[in-house]
Amino acid sequence: MRWYVAKRILQGLVTVWFIATATFFAMHSVPGDPLLNDRAMSPEIRANLEAKYGLDQPLARQYLVYMGNLLRGDLGISFVHENQSVNDIIRERFPVSAILGILAIIIAAVGGVLWGALTALYRNRLPDYIIMFLVILGISVPSFVVAALSQLTLVTLNQAVGVSLLPVAGWGTVWHMLVPALVLGLSTMAYLTRLMRSSMLEIAHSDYVRTAKSKGLPPARIFTRHQLRNAILPVITVLGPQVAIITTGGFVVEMVFAIPGLGRFFVEAVQQLDYTVIMGTTVFYGAFLVFMVIVVDLLYGFIDPRISLQ
Amino acid sequence: MSTEAPELDFTPIRSREESQKISRPSLSYWQDAWLRLKANRRALVSLYIVISLLLFTLVGPLLWRSDPAFQDLDQISLSPGSDRQAVIVADYVPWDGAGGEQGSGLRVVDVATTQAVKLKWDPLPGALGHRIYRNRVPIGPELALGIPLADYVDAGTLTHEDRLDLHPRDYYYSVVALDERGTPQRGSFQSITVRVQRVITAQDAQAQGLIPAGEEVQLDDTVRLAAHPLGTDYLGRDMLARLMAGARVSLFIGIGAPTIFVLFGVAFGSIAGFIGGRVDQLMMRFADFVVALPFLLFMILFKVAFGIGPGESGVLPMLIALVVLMWPATARLVRGQIVQIRQQGYIEASQLLGASRPYLIMRHMLPNTLGVVLVTLTFEIPRAIFTEAFLSFIGMGVAPPTPSWGSMSNEGIKNMLTTPHELILPAILISITVLAFNLLGDGLRDALDARLRNTE
Repeated sequence: MRWYVAKRILQGLVTVWFIATATFFAMHSVPGDPLLNDRAMSPEIRANLEAKYGLDQPLARQYLVYMGNLLRGDLGISFVHENQSVNDIIRERFPVSAILGILAIIIAAVGGVLWGALTALYRNRLPDYIIMFLVILGISVPSFVVAALSQLTLVTLNQAVGVSLLPVAGWGTVWHMLVPALVLGLSTMAYLTRLMRSSMLEIAHSDYVRTAKSKGLPPARIFTRHQLRNAILPVITVLGPQVAIITTGGFVVEMVFAIPGLGRFFVEAVQQLDYTVIMGTTVFYGAFLVFMVIVVDLLYGFIDPRISLQ
Repeated sequence: MSTEAPELDFTPIRSREESQKISRPSLSYWQDAWLRLKANRRALVSLYIVISLLLFTLVGPLLWRSDPAFQDLDQISLSPGSDRQAVIVADYVPWDGAGGEQGSGLRVVDVATTQAVKLKWDPLPGALGHRIYRNRVPIGPELALGIPLADYVDAGTLTHEDRLDLHPRDYYYSVVALDERGTPQRGSFQSITVRVQRVITAQDAQAQGLIPAGEEVQLDDTVRLAAHPLGTDYLGRDMLARLMAGARVSLFIGIGAPTIFVLFGVAFGSIAGFIGGRVDQLMMRFADFVVALPFLLFMILFKVAFGIGPGESGVLPMLIALVVLMWPATARLVRGQIVQIRQQGYIEASQLLGASRPYLIMRHMLPNTLGVVLVTLTFEIPRAIFTEAFLSFIGMGVAPPTPSWGSMSNEGIKNMLTTPHELILPAILISITVLAFNLLGDGLRDALDARLRNTE
């Protein structure tokens, strides 16, 4: 067990190193000069910047400087926003994205399990058909479309009622988070519903459910105690990779709903070619995602004792 | 039958050969798969949708010959099915302020047209100047008057000619009194509703080819402006033509990239699986690393790294980035299949008969993985389309003016509240395409691969 954890963490670290290296070399192959901004730069400032980032030195040396800074946890200074280090930006904005993401994951997981169980219960009857139709829609409609359309609906609704039922954009209160989190979690919820349904149906045919039935347990008890609990397992397995989808989905949702999170900042940085912010955020997100997958894998071992962590 | 042998439920068979005859023709794997697919109505409908999308992309531009980059400035942000009558008027001449009776308050002189709206008013009580506002919605009790068009700080000017971005619709004009400091007196104002008529000068109509050659036109004749079946976008470009051109980009990336990386994955996976041992481990470790990269982040990073030069569409960099990042899933899958097949008896038998390695791979192994590969391909296509749309939406996809469904959605979202069709049309096309490929993939999986068949 301990060995397994150590091995996974080591693997994760190697992956993060790989991500950082790939990021570094990708950004260095960018055509043009990142210091040639539209604003004229005096030679002194330019020399300072070059010294700061070691740009006057050979690539191998620059790589070492970059890696050294990374190891110390220094992600650099923004090219576009004056006097802001990438660390500060992440510290300031990531909590917003994290809250939104956690809320979305909770909505997706709870919704997915509930809807999935419901479809299995009403298999091949009307509720099943309706939910599965919505699931297919949820998987097929891109998140930015859902975001835009839900905002449009919200505006129309608010106008029709005459009072602001829910805020259309922005951040601050729980009411601001509700719709964006729902939109963000929607595709994951659809995916989990589908997974939960097939997992429920598979378990319905399993030996232990048949045993429980023949023992004369009431169906409701079989459903909650035996089917539901076992069917949730595959849902937990995919939650790790789904974190990545929710995080990147956050870019779009934060953009559309004007939420001051890291995702929107990242998109803006990409559009403004803010090199250090792009590199820093990519490495940060990459490390975060790798870490989340490991955490979910380890959690899985605790939840399902049959999986031995080897 | 019961009359012949009433005492038996089953009649004994007379001839042994008949029972052993196979009554149905034997089906090959692909014939069987096709029959299964045909029986699946959802998959079949999806297949038809995919085919019609391809026709829309390839044949559509031949039938609807409209330049997707042409800007019809007379018809901007036009919703589908709008009226396109326009009245011929004379060339524009600046208004000298003539016309209009005195004493009836704020009023329109002549006819309000998209060429110009001529307003005239009487001095408001106590006004030392006037400000003109224009609004697109009726002025409610909160007195939102809209955008200010002009300030006249002398009380003597009582006319205004509005030529600012006029569309054929209702406008709500107001004139407000200004005090000596030039601040508007909210209490003292007049409003009118003006219906603006769409007009076009004879010269413009001729230039756009709306009037048949050799035909004379009179003033006040009506002509029909260029047709836009699905309306126009915020720059007056034809939506249908742009959707077709966008389909070409979206489907080219969406189908081209998966085809290339699935082929690459098949080659990579089958080599790794066939050689086995050290090489296999090394190759798969490399694939594992690529899988571990956060996909969309690296798509963005690659797009930034490639950069888009002036005049380039950015389709090729996107294709390359997709191929670089998406191949490992197929490679892993094919490797697993090959490793499994390698242990089968028929491979050994073939080897005993002296089959060479390339023959084994090409004749026995790859054809047996083809079903799985085809299913993967159908599932990777919607993923690639999604990715392209996502990147274009955040402005990291194809560069304007090249349209793609994603970038069209991105442009459409800005005018979502006033002209929703600019967002909804490309969004519907993305959704339908992804839906069709997903359902087709489900059907293909059920038809081709018994092991992966849905437990429904």
